[in-house]
Amino acid sequence: MTPILGIMASQISGHLSTNSYESIATVTGSGASVTFSSIPNTYKHLQIRALAVNSQGANGIYGRYRVGAGSVDTGSNYTYHYVEGNGSAASAAAGSTQSFGSAFGGGSGATANTSAYAVVLDILDYQNTNKYKTHRALWGVENNGSGEVGLGSGLWMSTSAIDIITIYAYSQGFPSTFAANTQFALYGVKG
Amino acid sequence: MAAGSTYTPIATTTLGSAAASYTFSSISGSYTDLILIVQGGASSTAFDAWIRFNSDTGTNYSITSLSGTGSAAQSARETSASYIHIDKQAAWRSGNITMNRVNIMNYANTTTYKTVVGRADAPADATDAIVGLWRSTAAITSIQVGNDASANFAVGTTFTLYGIAAA
Repeated sequence: MTPILGIMASQISGHLSTNSYESIATVTGSGASVTFSSIPNTYKHLQIRALAVNSQGANGIYGRYRVGAGSVDTGSNYTYHYVEGNGSAASAAAGSTQSFGSAFGGGSGATANTSAYAVVLDILDYQNTNKYKTHRALWGVENNGSGEVGLGSGLWMSTSAIDIITIYAYSQGFPSTFAANTQFALYGVKG
Repeated sequence: MAAGSTYTPIATTTLGSAAASYTFSSISGSYTDLILIVQGGASSTAFDAWIRFNSDTGTNYSITSLSGTGSAAQSARETSASYIHIDKQAAWRSGNITMNRVNIMNYANTTTYKTVVGRADAPADATDAIVGLWRSTAAITSIQVGNDASANFAVGTTFTLYGIAAA
């Protein structure tokens, strides 16, 4: 047997925060959508970190979002691209003039009430009134034999500053729900 | 809305000598998510890096990966594995640099299995996105970073763990 050299850190304790990344709000539980409103304008970027629990069977759920100033924009002002892998093949898709943005993809083979979609979604320069707003996302769901992982980007074609975000659960083209133990957390990154 | 500073450095180390693994232990449960960043190279033999939680060497891990190699996009799966590979095509090689960034979501909860999602980038090789699962409801209190070739991480490789607390 070949010996393996290992190093172990112990007695780990906290250190000073960098003070540039702040928790703004967290929503937990089940429901058809999650909304963060009255988002402060004191940050440069936003990040949403989520564990969205599947409420459906093998078809899974996926996340759509809308953003806005005061209220979410329901117009056809969203575009997206993504690339994803399902364990056997990679694929890509895009959409333009959509009435929703794409937050995270669906996962074939997911299990109801246990499979969770891990999502990290960045909304960049959300307060800038001179340009459209872009996002990027990394997401995945894994079920020991099925799963999906993807990278996405999107655009909201508006120069308005964002102060509200809603993420909606969908499945097979229809509104769905996030199951119990779902958690969405919104963070702000200072510039 | 509540607001509070977070993204706290928990521990970091830079290898002064080549080593096959590194373990973060006694991880506090006071955060919501953990972010693991490992960056460096292989001492000699090439390998893919992996993580294990709580010293569990059972076949309780699985991944789905998405990789771009410069000539193709591909996806792969590992089931009932004894670790979570945190890179797939973005391998660790001598003389090259690889960076793994892993989000360990809701790591301290005792209700659900643990899902991780991350990126691996080896600029000379490939770029990966990986989702992994540890089929355990135990809170994660230790993370071992190792490799699948019983090889060594090179001198200068860094291992850093951050904690993020939700409001």
